[in-house]
Amino acid sequence: MNLAEGVQIVSFAILAAMTIAAALGVVLFNNIVYSAFLLGGVFIGISGLYVLLNAGFVAAAQVLIYVGAVNVLILFGIMLVNKRQSFAPIKNAWVSQVATALVCLGLFALLSTMILATPWVLSDAPIAGDNAVVVIGLHFFSDYLLPFEVASVLLLMALIGAIVLARREYLPEEALSQDQTPALTLPERPRELVASSKK
Amino acid sequence: MQLQYFLILAATLFCIGIYGLVTSRNAIRVLMSIELLLNSVNLNLMAFSNYLDPEQIRGQVFAVFVITIAAAEAAVGLAIVLSIYRNRDTVDMEQFNLLKW
Repeated sequence: MNLAEGVQIVSFAILAAMTIAAALGVVLFNNIVYSAFLLGGVFIGISGLYVLLNAGFVAAAQVLIYVGAVNVLILFGIMLVNKRQSFAPIKNAWVSQVATALVCLGLFALLSTMILATPWVLSDAPIAGDNAVVVIGLHFFSDYLLPFEVASVLLLMALIGAIVLARREYLPEEALSQDQTPALTLPERPRELVASSKK
Repeated sequence: MQLQYFLILAATLFCIGIYGLVTSRNAIRVLMSIELLLNSVNLNLMAFSNYLDPEQIRGQVFAVFVITIAAAEAAVGLAIVLSIYRNRDTVDMEQFNLLKW
C-alpha cells in the first residue's frame, strides 16, 4: 500500500466506524429490509478494509460474492417469506437479551486482552501486493489442490441440496390424472399446515 | 497501521454477530448474523496474512475458501428457512420446536 500512514489510519477509522455502525443496525433494527441493506454496507466496508490490507483480489471477490450474490439472495428470501407479523411476546425476554449482551461483552473483553497481550511476531518479508493473484493461484494448484477440488464438490452439493429443499412437492400421478390444469400453475400437493402452536 | 486494530475490529464484529445470532427472533436475521460472524473471521485471516505472512499469503487463500463455504451456507440456509416457512407458516425462531423433546 503506497498510502501515507496518516491516510491509512484515517481511512481505517472511517471504514471501521461504518462497518460497526452497519453491523449494529443489522442486529438491532426492527425492519428486516433495512437490516438486509445495511448488511450490504457491512460487506462493502469489510472489502475496503481488505484493500487496506493489500488484498485487492479478495476485496473484489468479497464485493462480487457477498454484495452481488449473498445479499441479493437474502433480499429474495425476505421477499419470499414476506409476512408482516409481530411475533408473540415472550415473558422475560429482556433477561435473555441482557444475559447475551453480558456474555458478548465478556467475550469481547477476553479477546481484546488476548490480542493486546500477545507478542505478535511481525514479518519483514516483502509484501506480495499486486502479485497476490499469482501467488493465490499457485497455492490453489499446488499445496491447496485437495481443498480446492473438495470446495467444487461442496458447491455442487449445496446447489442440488438448496433446490431439493426449496422446491414444492410434486405429485406426478395426480398430474397425469388431471388433464385440465390451468396454464402457468404447477400441480401441487395440498399442503397441510402443522399447527404452529401445538403443545 | 497495526495488526491489533484489525483484530479488535474483527472481535467487535464477532461479538455483535453472536449477540444477533442468539437474540433475534426472525430466522433470516439469524442467517445475516452468521454472515457477520464469517466476515469477522475472514477479516482476522486477512490481517494475519498481511502482517505475519506477507510473502506466502496463505490467509488470503483461506479467506477465499471461507467465502466459498459462506455462499453455499447462505443458499442452503435460505432453502431451509423457505421450507420451514412453507410448513409452519411463520419465521419465528421461538416456534420452530419440531425437534424439541
